[in-house]
Amino acid sequence: MATDTAATTSPDLISAQVRTVQDGRGKRFLVALRRWPVIPIIIVTVLVGMTILAPWLAPFGEEEINLRGRGAPPLWYGEWYAENPNLQTTYILGADHLGRDVMSRIMYGGRVSLSVAAISLVIGITIGSAVGLVSGYFGGIFDELMMRLVDVWNALPFLLIAILAAITLGQSVTILLILLSLASWAGSVRNVRAEVLTLKTREYVAASKVAGSGNFRIMIRHLTPNVMNTIVVLATLRVGGLILAEASLSYLGAGVPSNIPTWGNMVSDGQGYLNSGEWWISVFPGTAILLVVMSVNFIGDWLRDRFDPRLRQL
Amino acid sequence: MRKFLLQRLAFGLLSLVAATLIVFVLSRLQGDPLLLYAKPGGYGVSPEQIAALSEKLGLDRPLIVQYFLWLADVLQGDFGKTLLAEQDVRMVVFQKLGATVQLGVAAFMLATFVGIPLGVLSAVKRASIWDYIGRTFALLGQATPAFFTGILGILIFAVYLGWLPPSGRPTDQPFFPDQMVAMIMPMVTLGWLPAATYLRLTRSSVLETLDSEFVKLARAKGVNANRVIWKHAFRNALIPPLTVSALILIGFLEGSVIVESVFAWPGVGRLAVDSIHNNDFPLLTGVIFMFAVLYVVGSFLADMLYMVVDPRIRYN
Repeated sequence: MATDTAATTSPDLISAQVRTVQDGRGKRFLVALRRWPVIPIIIVTVLVGMTILAPWLAPFGEEEINLRGRGAPPLWYGEWYAENPNLQTTYILGADHLGRDVMSRIMYGGRVSLSVAAISLVIGITIGSAVGLVSGYFGGIFDELMMRLVDVWNALPFLLIAILAAITLGQSVTILLILLSLASWAGSVRNVRAEVLTLKTREYVAASKVAGSGNFRIMIRHLTPNVMNTIVVLATLRVGGLILAEASLSYLGAGVPSNIPTWGNMVSDGQGYLNSGEWWISVFPGTAILLVVMSVNFIGDWLRDRFDPRLRQL
Repeated sequence: MRKFLLQRLAFGLLSLVAATLIVFVLSRLQGDPLLLYAKPGGYGVSPEQIAALSEKLGLDRPLIVQYFLWLADVLQGDFGKTLLAEQDVRMVVFQKLGATVQLGVAAFMLATFVGIPLGVLSAVKRASIWDYIGRTFALLGQATPAFFTGILGILIFAVYLGWLPPSGRPTDQPFFPDQMVAMIMPMVTLGWLPAATYLRLTRSSVLETLDSEFVKLARAKGVNANRVIWKHAFRNALIPPLTVSALILIGFLEGSVIVESVFAWPGVGRLAVDSIHNNDFPLLTGVIFMFAVLYVVGSFLADMLYMVVDPRIRYN
């Protein structure tokens, strides 16, 4: 799957394929495949859709325990199911040590994992962009202070601080959200500020000023729409990192409380059962993280190349 | 330029104070560290003893005073004693530092010797099989959480194939081959992400230089193709990966916390996680102080490298 994503959407291979395809419709499809990151978009849509529709799609409840199904392997281990006819049900991706269905838990767990990443992304990027906008527009002492704050901020070892905070303040989703937002806001300030610095010298800003617009109006009506491209690209490039951060913290026991299934928590739960060969408990949720992050990164790269090639160095 | 460097240094110190202050305040929020010695309703420790102990540790003073007391000690090279075993914090950290440095150096070498050559290869042989191998490697490396790489590695190479030990660092065994073998999986887990970063950066910067005027000129003059790549393009293309090196080394600090937890590698990262779980605040502040120092020094070096390597960049 992973290799497919990388290979099929990359322009050169497709262009090679396109040349050999004569059929008009097939050709048009392949051209679309080259222009748009189709496969990553499909993966993200399917996984996100699955988590949103979890209450309707999931075959079992997230905490539904069935002791007969303890350690049941995935569907394709036919022999195991033949040996345990009492179970009377099949777990598509296997079940964990309490007989909870891994697939259902992945669906429900994704809701927490993805919404934590999404919410902290929105908070972080909003604060970061607002600070970048204001400091770029006004300049002066506020700008100077903010830039230094960003420097200091970027030199803080956030992983350790987050672990410490989770343990001293208690593990909770709210604290995790605050921490991830705090860790991520500083990343977008510089890019937005740089953009605003060039934008504010444009004629239309001067014209708007002459027409009597206040600073606030200029920032909202004239600058924000123009930095939106940069903000969207930055946001997409950061989602993957935030999903990984949430998963890593949960894995270390410092993220979402361990009684709530998240992808990170599930991988961590399953680690203890690797030796007994029950690999599916942690491998499937880990694969879900991998697929989502890879697809989102891919879409981010594509958006950047298309809308904001100046961010190349990121 | 000198002003710039001094300024960076000053703000680096500020980061250091901020980091230690945050840690100091947070570590006290959990409650009285004295409770580690004397549990409430426990036996054997009288109120007088608690008072004496708290005076000895300076816990009866306001938090901010405690912080400055601690800072004053740190500036004299004294990090205090760990609460649990009453060992010198500096000693404990130094004992564990070896394992982390060993792992970090190995991972850095792996990243450099895999990431940069593969990056050049996928740029020079663009759209070839090498390019796809390289880019898939990079894409996977950036998207796989380190703990998951570790778990997959343990599952495949330790549980199924039995080639490598699942965890630990056999210090009582000879360095070669036992310790080397035990280091393979942690090294790959820690080194994959930086290797991917190197690969992507090298690839895009080699592509960019291959497209530049001076390379075209060299080609037009009839310079041998290999010579163009290695003499003209590669040298100039090395600037971005070189400047990111310091940041990669910083990344190892955070990476080591996770990788050392997955593989039970007895280094500083694991020490930090353990000290948090034990609420051992002198040890924790010591470890984070060291991390923060390395962080600040690393960012400072990154800025310096930029200037040294690429004279086109001038800071004002």
